[in-house]
Amino acid sequence: MTTYEIIKYPDERLKSIAEPVGKFDDNLRKFLVDLEATMYAGPGGVGIAAPQIGKNQRIAIVDVSSMAKRARKNRPLKHQGKMVLINPEIIEWEGMAIGREGCMSVPDYTGNVIRAEKITLNAYNAKGEQQSYTCEGFEARAVQHEIDHLDGLLFIDRLVSRRNDLFRRKTK
Amino acid sequence: MSNWFMLTLVGKDRAGIVAQITTTLFENNCNLGEASMMRLGGNFSIMLMVSYQGDAKALKNRLAPVTDRLALKIHIDAIEAKLHQHVIPDVRISVLGADRAGIVSQVTSALSDAGLDILDLESDVGGSQDKPLYIMHIEGRAIKGIEPLESAITQIRSNKIDVHLSPIETMIA
Ligand SMILES: [Zn+2]
Repeated sequence: MTTYEIIKYPDERLKSIAEPVGKFDDNLRKFLVDLEATMYAGPGGVGIAAPQIGKNQRIAIVDVSSMAKRARKNRPLKHQGKMVLINPEIIEWEGMAIGREGCMSVPDYTGNVIRAEKITLNAYNAKGEQQSYTCEGFEARAVQHEIDHLDGLLFIDRLVSRRNDLFRRKTK
Repeated sequence: MSNWFMLTLVGKDRAGIVAQITTTLFENNCNLGEASMMRLGGNFSIMLMVSYQGDAKALKNRLAPVTDRLALKIHIDAIEAKLHQHVIPDVRISVLGADRAGIVSQVTSALSDAGLDILDLESDVGGSQDKPLYIMHIEGRAIKGIEPLESAITQIRSNKIDVHLSPIETMIA
Protein backbone atom coordinates (compact mmCIF):
# COMPACT_ATOMS: atom_id res chain seq x y z
CA MET A 1 0.00 0.00 0.00
CA THR A 2 1.26 3.44 -0.93
CA THR A 3 -0.16 6.91 -0.71
CA TYR A 4 -0.08 9.31 -3.62
CA GLU A 5 0.81 12.95 -3.63
CA ILE A 6 -2.23 15.21 -4.00
CA ILE A 7 -1.93 17.55 -6.95
CA LYS A 8 -2.83 21.16 -6.27
CA TYR A 9 -4.62 23.96 -8.08
CA PRO A 10 -3.78 25.37 -10.66
CA ASP A 11 -2.53 22.05 -12.05
CA GLU A 12 -4.24 21.58 -15.43
CA ARG A 13 -5.00 17.93 -14.65
CA LEU A 14 -7.65 19.09 -12.18
CA LYS A 15 -9.48 20.81 -15.03
CA SER A 16 -9.98 17.89 -17.39
CA ILE A 17 -12.99 15.64 -17.75
CA ALA A 18 -12.06 12.16 -16.54
CA GLU A 19 -12.50 9.03 -18.68
CA PRO A 20 -14.92 6.23 -17.73
CA VAL A 21 -13.41 3.05 -16.33
CA GLY A 22 -13.74 0.10 -18.71
CA LYS A 23 -11.84 -2.70 -17.00
CA PHE A 24 -12.57 -3.91 -13.49
CA ASP A 25 -9.35 -5.83 -12.88
CA ASP A 26 -6.65 -6.30 -10.24
CA ASN A 27 -4.92 -3.10 -11.34
CA LEU A 28 -8.07 -1.18 -10.56
CA ARG A 29 -8.43 -2.85 -7.18
CA LYS A 30 -4.81 -2.12 -6.30
CA PHE A 31 -5.31 1.48 -7.32
CA LEU A 32 -8.41 1.71 -5.09
CA VAL A 33 -6.44 0.49 -2.06
CA ASP A 34 -3.84 3.22 -2.58
CA LEU A 35 -6.44 5.89 -3.35
CA GLU A 36 -8.28 5.02 -0.15
CA ALA A 37 -5.06 5.19 1.89
CA THR A 38 -4.36 8.61 0.38
CA MET A 39 -7.85 9.78 1.34
CA TYR A 40 -7.52 8.71 4.98
CA ALA A 41 -4.06 10.30 5.19
CA GLY A 42 -5.45 13.67 4.04
CA PRO A 43 -6.67 16.56 6.19
CA GLY A 44 -10.36 15.88 5.60
CA GLY A 45 -10.31 12.16 5.05
CA VAL A 46 -13.92 12.08 3.84
CA GLY A 47 -13.51 11.90 0.08
CA ILE A 48 -11.08 11.75 -2.81
CA ALA A 49 -11.27 11.59 -6.59
CA ALA A 50 -8.73 10.00 -8.93
CA PRO A 51 -7.94 13.28 -10.77
CA GLN A 52 -6.61 14.64 -7.45
CA ILE A 53 -3.66 12.29 -7.72
CA GLY A 54 -3.34 12.88 -11.46
CA LYS A 55 -5.25 9.84 -12.71
CA ASN A 56 -7.77 10.85 -15.35
CA GLN A 57 -10.43 8.25 -14.55
CA ARG A 58 -13.97 8.40 -13.21
CA ILE A 59 -13.15 6.97 -9.79
CA ALA A 60 -13.93 8.45 -6.37
CA ILE A 61 -14.19 7.27 -2.80
CA VAL A 62 -16.42 8.85 -0.15
CA ASP A 63 -16.52 7.92 3.52
CA VAL A 64 -17.98 10.44 5.94
CA SER A 65 -18.14 8.04 8.90
CA SER A 66 -15.38 9.94 10.72
CA MET A 67 -17.60 13.05 10.66
CA ALA A 68 -20.56 11.01 11.87
CA LYS A 69 -18.59 9.95 14.92
CA ARG A 70 -18.01 13.59 15.79
CA ALA A 71 -21.63 14.60 15.21
CA ARG A 72 -23.78 15.32 18.23
CA LYS A 73 -26.55 13.01 19.33
CA ASN A 74 -29.27 15.53 18.55
CA ARG A 75 -27.95 16.03 15.02
CA PRO A 76 -26.96 12.59 13.76
CA LEU A 77 -25.23 12.43 10.42
CA LYS A 78 -26.70 9.86 8.04
CA HIS A 79 -24.19 7.90 6.04
CA GLN A 80 -23.45 4.52 4.51
CA GLY A 81 -19.77 4.09 5.32
CA LYS A 82 -17.22 3.75 2.56
CA MET A 83 -18.57 4.11 -0.96
CA VAL A 84 -16.39 3.27 -3.93
CA LEU A 85 -17.83 5.25 -6.82
CA ILE A 86 -16.73 4.17 -10.29
CA ASN A 87 -18.35 5.89 -13.28
CA PRO A 88 -20.85 7.51 -10.90
CA GLU A 89 -23.92 9.24 -12.23
CA ILE A 90 -26.34 11.32 -10.22
CA ILE A 91 -29.86 10.63 -11.41
CA GLU A 92 -31.92 12.61 -8.89
CA TRP A 93 -31.40 15.88 -7.06
CA GLU A 94 -33.60 17.22 -4.28
CA GLY A 95 -33.48 20.42 -2.27
CA MET A 96 -30.62 22.87 -1.89
CA ALA A 97 -28.30 23.58 0.98
CA ILE A 98 -25.46 25.97 1.56
CA GLY A 99 -22.41 24.53 3.29
CA ARG A 100 -18.73 25.14 3.86
CA GLU A 101 -16.21 23.21 1.78
CA GLY A 102 -12.51 22.91 1.39
CA CYS A 103 -10.43 20.69 -0.86
CA MET A 104 -7.15 18.84 -0.50
CA SER A 105 -6.23 20.26 -3.92
CA VAL A 106 -6.85 23.85 -2.72
CA PRO A 107 -5.07 24.06 0.65
CA ASP A 108 -5.79 26.72 3.27
CA TYR A 109 -9.03 27.99 1.78
CA THR A 110 -12.66 27.27 2.57
CA GLY A 111 -15.86 28.75 1.22
CA ASN A 112 -19.58 28.33 0.85
CA VAL A 113 -21.04 26.18 -1.90
CA ILE A 114 -24.65 25.36 -2.73
CA ARG A 115 -25.34 21.66 -3.25
CA ALA A 116 -28.38 19.45 -3.56
CA GLU A 117 -29.55 18.35 -0.13
CA LYS A 118 -30.38 14.83 -1.27
CA ILE A 119 -29.21 12.87 -4.30
CA THR A 120 -29.68 9.45 -5.84
CA LEU A 121 -26.83 8.03 -7.87
CA ASN A 122 -25.70 4.94 -9.69
CA ALA A 123 -22.09 3.84 -9.60
CA TYR A 124 -20.04 0.70 -10.11
CA ASN A 125 -18.09 -0.90 -7.28
CA ALA A 126 -14.61 -2.47 -7.48
CA LYS A 127 -16.06 -5.72 -8.83
CA GLY A 128 -17.89 -3.94 -11.63
CA GLU A 129 -21.33 -4.37 -10.10
CA GLN A 130 -23.76 -1.49 -10.44
CA GLN A 131 -24.96 -0.03 -7.14
CA SER A 132 -27.54 2.57 -6.33
CA TYR A 133 -27.19 5.02 -3.43
CA THR A 134 -29.34 7.70 -1.89
CA CYS A 135 -27.33 10.23 0.09
CA GLU A 136 -28.27 13.31 2.04
CA GLY A 137 -26.69 16.18 3.90
CA PHE A 138 -22.97 16.02 4.48
CA GLU A 139 -22.57 12.75 2.58
CA ALA A 140 -24.49 14.09 -0.44
CA ARG A 141 -22.23 17.17 -0.37
CA ALA A 142 -19.09 15.00 -0.38
CA VAL A 143 -20.36 12.91 -3.30
CA GLN A 144 -21.20 16.01 -5.35
CA HIS A 145 -17.78 17.53 -4.56
CA GLU A 146 -16.04 14.35 -5.79
CA ILE A 147 -18.14 13.98 -8.94
CA ASP A 148 -17.26 17.61 -9.72
CA HIS A 149 -13.59 16.56 -9.65
CA LEU A 150 -14.39 13.94 -12.32
CA ASP A 151 -15.84 16.73 -14.46
CA GLY A 152 -12.85 19.05 -13.99
CA LEU A 153 -14.63 21.32 -11.51
CA LEU A 154 -13.40 22.54 -8.13
CA PHE A 155 -15.45 24.00 -5.28
CA ILE A 156 -13.82 27.37 -5.94
CA ASP A 157 -15.66 27.34 -9.29
CA ARG A 158 -18.94 27.27 -7.36
CA LEU A 159 -18.31 29.66 -4.47
CA VAL A 160 -21.07 31.85 -3.17
CA SER A 161 -20.45 34.80 -0.89
CA ARG A 162 -18.92 34.01 2.46
CA ARG A 163 -20.67 36.98 4.01
CA ASN A 164 -24.31 37.60 4.79
CA ASP A 165 -25.41 34.13 3.89
CA LEU A 166 -28.32 32.89 5.89
CA PHE A 167 -26.93 29.85 7.51
CA ARG A 168 -30.08 28.73 9.20
CA ARG A 169 -30.64 25.00 9.29
CA LYS A 170 -33.97 23.30 8.97
CA THR A 171 -33.33 21.54 12.27
CA LYS A 172 -33.50 24.49 14.56
CA MET B 1 14.07 41.76 1.44
CA SER B 2 10.50 42.93 1.60
CA ASN B 3 8.49 43.73 4.69
CA TRP B 4 4.83 43.25 5.43
CA PHE B 5 2.57 46.14 6.33
CA MET B 6 -1.08 46.49 7.20
CA LEU B 7 -2.35 49.36 5.13
CA THR B 8 -5.62 50.95 6.23
CA LEU B 9 -7.37 53.52 4.07
CA VAL B 10 -10.54 55.38 4.98
CA GLY B 11 -12.42 58.05 3.09
CA LYS B 12 -15.46 59.03 1.15
CA ASP B 13 -16.63 56.31 -1.18
CA ARG B 14 -16.35 56.94 -4.90
CA ALA B 15 -16.00 54.85 -8.02
CA GLY B 16 -12.63 53.35 -8.91
CA ILE B 17 -10.84 53.70 -5.55
CA VAL B 18 -9.73 50.06 -5.30
CA ALA B 19 -8.41 50.04 -8.85
CA GLN B 20 -6.40 53.24 -8.32
CA ILE B 21 -4.88 52.04 -5.04
CA THR B 22 -3.95 48.59 -6.26
CA THR B 23 -2.51 49.96 -9.49
CA THR B 24 -0.27 52.31 -7.51
CA LEU B 25 0.81 49.44 -5.25
CA PHE B 26 1.56 47.26 -8.26
CA GLU B 27 3.58 50.01 -9.95
CA ASN B 28 5.68 50.25 -6.78
CA ASN B 29 6.45 46.52 -6.78
CA CYS B 30 4.21 45.74 -3.83
CA ASN B 31 2.62 42.36 -3.34
CA LEU B 32 -0.78 41.89 -1.79
CA GLY B 33 -1.76 39.43 0.92
CA GLU B 34 -5.20 39.17 2.43
CA ALA B 35 -7.45 42.20 2.02
CA SER B 36 -10.91 43.28 3.02
CA MET B 37 -12.87 46.22 1.68
CA MET B 38 -15.98 47.45 3.39
CA ARG B 39 -18.44 50.18 2.70
CA LEU B 40 -19.71 51.25 6.07
CA GLY B 41 -22.40 53.90 6.20
CA GLY B 42 -21.35 55.27 2.83
CA ASN B 43 -17.68 55.44 3.84
CA PHE B 44 -15.03 53.57 2.00
CA SER B 45 -12.60 51.51 4.04
CA ILE B 46 -10.06 48.91 3.12
CA MET B 47 -7.40 46.96 4.95
CA LEU B 48 -4.70 45.37 2.84
CA MET B 49 -1.69 43.27 3.69
CA VAL B 50 1.07 44.71 1.54
CA SER B 51 4.63 43.53 1.14
CA TYR B 52 7.07 46.26 0.15
CA GLN B 53 10.85 46.58 -0.16
CA GLY B 54 11.16 49.79 1.85
CA ASP B 55 9.92 51.07 5.18
CA ALA B 56 6.51 52.41 6.22
CA LYS B 57 7.48 56.03 5.52
CA ALA B 58 8.62 55.24 1.99
CA LEU B 59 5.42 53.31 1.33
CA LYS B 60 3.34 56.24 2.54
CA ASN B 61 5.23 58.58 0.22
CA ARG B 62 4.70 56.25 -2.72
CA LEU B 63 0.99 56.22 -2.07
CA ALA B 64 0.69 59.96 -1.43
CA PRO B 65 -0.29 60.93 -5.02
CA VAL B 66 -3.28 58.58 -4.97
CA THR B 67 -4.33 59.11 -1.33
CA ASP B 68 -4.14 62.90 -1.81
CA ARG B 69 -6.13 62.75 -5.02
CA LEU B 70 -8.84 60.62 -3.44
CA ALA B 71 -8.67 62.37 -0.04
CA LEU B 72 -8.08 59.08 1.78
CA LYS B 73 -6.77 58.86 5.33
CA ILE B 74 -3.89 56.44 5.47
CA HIS B 75 -2.50 54.36 8.29
CA ILE B 76 0.39 51.92 8.01
CA ASP B 77 1.60 49.34 10.54
CA ALA B 78 4.52 46.96 10.20
CA ILE B 79 3.13 43.46 10.78
CA GLU B 80 4.06 39.84 10.89
CA ALA B 81 2.35 38.16 7.93
CA LYS B 82 0.94 34.86 9.04
CA LEU B 83 -0.27 33.70 5.67
CA HIS B 84 -1.39 30.14 4.95
CA GLN B 85 -2.50 29.62 8.53
CA HIS B 86 -6.26 30.08 8.32
CA VAL B 87 -8.20 28.88 11.30
CA ILE B 88 -11.38 27.10 10.30
CA PRO B 89 -14.45 28.33 12.19
CA ASP B 90 -16.74 25.67 13.61
CA VAL B 91 -19.67 27.79 14.67
CA ARG B 92 -21.72 30.64 13.32
CA ILE B 93 -23.97 32.93 15.32
CA SER B 94 -26.59 35.24 13.87
CA VAL B 95 -28.13 38.04 15.87
CA LEU B 96 -31.20 39.95 14.78
CA GLY B 97 -32.82 42.61 16.85
CA ALA B 98 -34.13 46.08 17.26
CA ASP B 99 -31.22 48.47 17.05
CA ARG B 100 -30.08 49.43 20.50
CA ALA B 101 -26.93 50.30 22.34
CA GLY B 102 -25.14 47.43 23.97
CA ILE B 103 -26.35 44.61 21.75
CA VAL B 104 -22.88 43.80 20.42
CA SER B 105 -21.29 44.14 23.82
CA GLN B 106 -23.89 41.95 25.50
CA VAL B 107 -23.72 39.18 22.90
CA THR B 108 -19.96 39.10 22.40
CA SER B 109 -19.24 39.23 26.15
CA ALA B 110 -21.56 36.32 26.87
CA LEU B 111 -20.11 34.29 24.00
CA SER B 112 -16.54 35.11 24.93
CA ASP B 113 -17.17 33.92 28.50
CA ALA B 114 -18.58 30.72 27.04
CA GLY B 115 -15.38 30.07 25.10
CA LEU B 116 -15.94 31.64 21.69
CA ASP B 117 -12.87 32.76 19.78
CA ILE B 118 -14.26 35.24 17.23
CA LEU B 119 -12.67 34.94 13.78
CA ASP B 120 -15.07 37.08 11.80
CA LEU B 121 -17.72 39.60 12.72
CA GLU B 122 -19.84 41.79 10.54
CA SER B 123 -22.93 43.71 11.33
CA ASP B 124 -25.36 45.86 9.48
CA VAL B 125 -28.30 48.10 10.20
CA GLY B 126 -31.36 47.50 8.06
CA GLY B 127 -34.99 48.32 8.52
CA SER B 128 -36.14 51.92 8.39
CA GLN B 129 -35.11 55.08 10.19
CA ASP B 130 -37.87 54.83 12.76
CA LYS B 131 -37.62 51.05 13.05
CA PRO B 132 -33.98 50.05 12.57
CA LEU B 133 -33.06 46.39 12.47
CA TYR B 134 -29.69 45.30 13.70
CA ILE B 135 -28.15 42.22 12.02
CA MET B 136 -24.90 40.66 13.10
CA HIS B 137 -23.06 37.55 11.96
CA ILE B 138 -20.19 36.07 13.90
CA GLU B 139 -18.02 33.12 13.01
CA GLY B 140 -15.60 31.57 15.39
CA ARG B 141 -14.13 28.62 17.14
CA ALA B 142 -15.95 27.07 20.07
CA ILE B 143 -12.96 26.45 22.32
CA LYS B 144 -15.00 24.82 25.08
CA GLY B 145 -17.37 23.06 22.68
CA ILE B 146 -20.82 24.04 21.42
CA GLU B 147 -22.84 23.35 24.59
CA PRO B 148 -21.57 26.30 26.69
CA LEU B 149 -22.29 28.60 23.74
CA GLU B 150 -25.80 27.23 23.43
CA SER B 151 -26.55 27.87 27.08
CA ALA B 152 -25.09 31.38 26.78
CA ILE B 153 -27.40 32.02 23.86
CA THR B 154 -30.44 30.79 25.74
CA GLN B 155 -29.60 33.38 28.41
CA ILE B 156 -29.24 36.21 25.90
CA ARG B 157 -32.32 35.35 23.90
CA SER B 158 -35.26 37.58 24.59
CA ASN B 159 -38.12 39.11 22.67
CA LYS B 160 -35.79 41.97 21.74
CA ILE B 161 -32.86 39.87 20.53
CA ASP B 162 -33.17 36.89 18.25
CA VAL B 163 -29.97 34.81 18.42
CA HIS B 164 -29.24 31.63 16.51
CA LEU B 165 -26.26 29.34 16.62
CA SER B 166 -25.41 26.85 13.91
CA PRO B 167 -22.40 24.57 13.80
CA ILE B 168 -20.26 24.90 10.67
CA GLU B 169 -19.16 21.52 9.45
CA THR B 170 -16.46 22.11 6.87
CA MET B 171 -16.16 19.29 4.41
CA ILE B 172 -12.60 18.94 3.08
CA ALA B 173 -12.36 16.41 0.26
ZN1 LIG C 1 -11.70 18.28 -3.57
